[in-house]
Amino acid sequence: MKPTKLLMSALLATTMMVASAQAKTLVFCSEGSPEGFDAALYTSGTTFDASSRHIYNKLVEFERGTTTIGPGLAESWSVSDDGLEYTFMLRKGVKFHTTDFFTPTRDFNADDVVFSFKRQLDKDHAWNAYTAGAAWEYFNGMSMPSLLKDIVKVDDYTVKFMLTRPEAPMIANLGMDFASIMSKEYADQLDAAGKKDDLNQKPVGTGPFKFIAYQKDAVIRYKAHDAYWAGKAAIDDLVFAITPDAAVRHQRLLAGECHFNPYPNPADLEAIKKDDSLKLPEQEGLNVGYMAYNTTIAPFDNVNVRKALNMAINKQAILDAVFQGAGKAAKNPIPPTIWSYNEATVDDPYDPAASRKMLEEAGVKDLKMEIWAMPVQRPYNPNARRMAELLQADFKDVGVDVTIVTYEWGEYLKRSKAKDRAGAVLLGWTGDNGDPDNFLAVLLGCDAVGGSNRAQWCNKEFDDLIKKAKTVSDMGERTKLYEEAQIVFKREAPWATIAHSIVFKAMRNEVTGYKIDPFGGHNFYGVDIK
Amino acid sequence: MLLYFLRRFGLLLPTFFGVTIAAFSFIRLLPGDPVLLMAGERGLSPERHAELLHQFGFDRPLWEQFFDYFLGILQGDLGHSLITKKPVLEEFFTLFPATLELSICAMIFAVTLGISAGIFAAVKRGTWYDQTVMGTALIGYSMPIFWWGLLLIILFSGILGWTPVSGRISLIYFFPQVTGFMLIDSVLSGQKGAFSSAVSHLILPTIVLGTIPLAVIARQTRSAVLEVLGEDYVRTARAKGLSPLRVVGVHVLRNAMIPVITTIGLQVGVLLGGAILTETIFSWPGIGKWMVDSIFRRDYPSVQGGLLLIAAIVMIVNLIVDLLYGLINPKIRHTGG
Repeated sequence: MKPTKLLMSALLATTMMVASAQAKTLVFCSEGSPEGFDAALYTSGTTFDASSRHIYNKLVEFERGTTTIGPGLAESWSVSDDGLEYTFMLRKGVKFHTTDFFTPTRDFNADDVVFSFKRQLDKDHAWNAYTAGAAWEYFNGMSMPSLLKDIVKVDDYTVKFMLTRPEAPMIANLGMDFASIMSKEYADQLDAAGKKDDLNQKPVGTGPFKFIAYQKDAVIRYKAHDAYWAGKAAIDDLVFAITPDAAVRHQRLLAGECHFNPYPNPADLEAIKKDDSLKLPEQEGLNVGYMAYNTTIAPFDNVNVRKALNMAINKQAILDAVFQGAGKAAKNPIPPTIWSYNEATVDDPYDPAASRKMLEEAGVKDLKMEIWAMPVQRPYNPNARRMAELLQADFKDVGVDVTIVTYEWGEYLKRSKAKDRAGAVLLGWTGDNGDPDNFLAVLLGCDAVGGSNRAQWCNKEFDDLIKKAKTVSDMGERTKLYEEAQIVFKREAPWATIAHSIVFKAMRNEVTGYKIDPFGGHNFYGVDIK
Repeated sequence: MLLYFLRRFGLLLPTFFGVTIAAFSFIRLLPGDPVLLMAGERGLSPERHAELLHQFGFDRPLWEQFFDYFLGILQGDLGHSLITKKPVLEEFFTLFPATLELSICAMIFAVTLGISAGIFAAVKRGTWYDQTVMGTALIGYSMPIFWWGLLLIILFSGILGWTPVSGRISLIYFFPQVTGFMLIDSVLSGQKGAFSSAVSHLILPTIVLGTIPLAVIARQTRSAVLEVLGEDYVRTARAKGLSPLRVVGVHVLRNAMIPVITTIGLQVGVLLGGAILTETIFSWPGIGKWMVDSIFRRDYPSVQGGLLLIAAIVMIVNLIVDLLYGLINPKIRHTGG
C-alpha cells in the first residue's frame, strides 16, 4: 500500500472517531430519502424519521419504545363527560428552533396548535393547498375531517378540540406524525416572503434536533436543539447518510462510516451477531400478516371450512422459509406489543388429518381456490409469492387445489377490496397509533366491508364490542372489550393469522440507550455515543 | 458544414416531439394508479380517490393532459413531482451534476484505457497479450454491475480498507453546493482534505460504471484498427519506411476512429442506464436512482420529465458525435451522411 493511500485510509478510518471526539456525532445510514419535511403531507416512515421524529413535537407523545401515550407539548388534558370535547393545557416556555433561516420572537403557544390542525382541516385555509398536490393523506386516512368539528384557542396556553362523536383513540391519534406542531410565526414569515414551499423544505419545530441542511438523496444534517424543553440531546450532531442498498449499509456499518443500520439484510444477521464491535437488538413489529378469506362466498362462508383450512397451514415452515427467523406466528389480529392483546386465545393447531376430516364433514370436495400474493415486499410479509407457494403445498395435502394470483400493487389493493372477490388474499397491516381500534375496526369492522376489511366479514357480536370500546374512555373497560372481541375473531376465523415480523436494528457498540420504536420509527433523542 | 449542422439539427425536432409523446405515454401504459399507490394498505374512499385524481388533473382526457404538458415544456415547465411536490426541473438539475461528474470520470476511464488496450491488442494480434485483453474485455462486458460493485466494495473498502464504501465525500466535510460537482466544490470550499476525499469516493463508482463501456470500446478499437492495418495505404506508409508509431498514430488511428467515436457516442446511453445501478450501490445522489424511485411510485411528472431530459441529453451528444464525424471525415459532411 502506498503511503498516500495509507494516509487516506487512516484519515477515513478515523473520520468517525475524530468527529465523535470533537462533538458527538451519530451517523444513521438511512434507507431512503425523505419526500419532504412537513410530516403531515406524507405517510412513509422514512419521511417521518427525517422530520416529525426529530424536528417536531406533538401535543402528546408516545413514551420512547412503547405504545403508551404521555404528555408532549400539552402538559395535561381533560375530556368532557360526553366525550365530545378535549381540552389541552399547553406547556409554557417551549422554544422553537433558531436557525440560519428563522429566528423565533416568541415561545410556542395555542396559535401554533390551531394553525397546525386548521391547515389540514379547513379547505379554505391559506395553507391548505400551499404546495402542489398537498393532500393531507394521514389526516384524511384517520377520518379526522369527519371527526373534528373545530379546534379553538381558549387562551394562549389552552386549546379545545371539538368532536362530532365520542372517539376513545383520539388522544392516540394526536401522537401521530401528522399531528406535528409547526410554528405559525415561521409560516407567517414565509407567507410574507412568498416562500410558502420552504415550510416543507426548511423545517422549524420544537423537537430535540434542528434542521441544518439536506443534500438531496445524499445527506441530512441536524444539530441538537440547545433549548429543548425536555433537556438537550446527549449527541450534538445527527447525520442521516442516505444508503438505499442493504448490503452497502452493512459494509458502511462495518467500516465505521455509520453507527446505525435500520434494516439489516436477513442474510447478514448471523455475521452481525458474531461481530464484537456490533450489536443487534430485536423486537416484534407492530404489524400482522394475514390471509383473508372472502367470508361471503361459499364455501368460505362456512366457519368450519375456514377453520379446517387454517389447520392445514404449517406456520413454522412459513416462518423459516419466508421470514428466515425474523417472524413470530400470529394467533390474534393484533400484535403482542399492543395493549389488550389476548394471551388466552388458542391458535388453530397444525393438523392436516383433522383438517381433511373437517372439510369432508362440511361436504367440501375437490375444492379449487385462488390465493392472492402481493407483488411487493412488506414488513409483515417479506415474500408473499413464496408464502403463497407454501400455502399451496399445505392445502394440496388436504385436497384443496390452489391457483396463485397476483396483480400490480395499486391494482391488487383495489381488486382485493371487491365484495365478490374470489379466493383468499394475502395482506397485512402496520399500526399507526398503537390503539387496538386501529387494527380491529379498520380491518374487521362492518363499516370497512368493501374497503380495508378484505374478509368482507361483518359479525354483529364483534362489531358491537369494538364500537362500544371506541366510545368508553376507561382503559380497563376498553381492554376487556377488545380481549373479548379477539375471542370472537378466533372462533369465527375470518382470517388465517400468519405472522408478526421481528425487527432487527444493527448498530455499533458505541451507541447506547437506543430503544426500538414499536411503530417502526427511529428516534435518536435519549441515545448517546460512548 | 453549416448546412450539415442545420440538417442534423432539423432532424432533432421531430425526434424530440416523438420523445415527448413516448415519455408521456410510457408511464401511463404501466398498470397502477399513483393515487392508490400513495394511499397503500390504508386505502381511501372512492370519493377521496376521485377528488385526488381531480386535484392532480388525472381525470381529464389524455389529449388534454398531453396538451398541457407539451405547452408546459415549451415554457420550460415540466410540472411538480407528486411525491416531493418540488418542480421536476429543479429536482433533475439538483441531481444531474452528480450523475454527470460520475459519467465523465467513467468515460475518461473507459476511453483512455479502452482505446490504448484496443490498439495494443490489434498491433500485437494473436499474442497472449491480445488474448488476455480481449478475454478480460469479454468478462467485463458480461459482468452484472450490481455484483461487480459489491465485490469491489467488499475487497477494497471492507477487507483492504483503501477506499470509502459509498457516498460522494466523507461526512466530516460540510460545505454549500456551488456547482454541484463535488470535485470542484471541494476545492472551492477550501477545506483541507476535502478534494482528496471526493477523489477517493469517486474511484470505485468510476471503475464500476466504466467497466462495460471500457470493454466495448476496447473491442471496437481492436477490430477497427485491425481492419485499417490491412489497407493498402498503411502498407504503403510502412514501405516508405515510416516509424511504426507514426504509421499507427497518424495513418491508422485517424481512419479507425470513426466507428470508435460512434461506439463512444452510443455508450452515453449505456452510462445513463448503468448509472441507475451504480448510483444505488454507491449511494450516489444522481438521476438514475431518482428515476427508478419515480417509476415505482408512478410519479408521472417526474418520470416523463426525467425521460425527456435524459433523451434530450442523449440526442445532443449524438448530434455532437455526428458533427465530429464531419470533422474527421470530410466525405461525410459533403455527401450529407
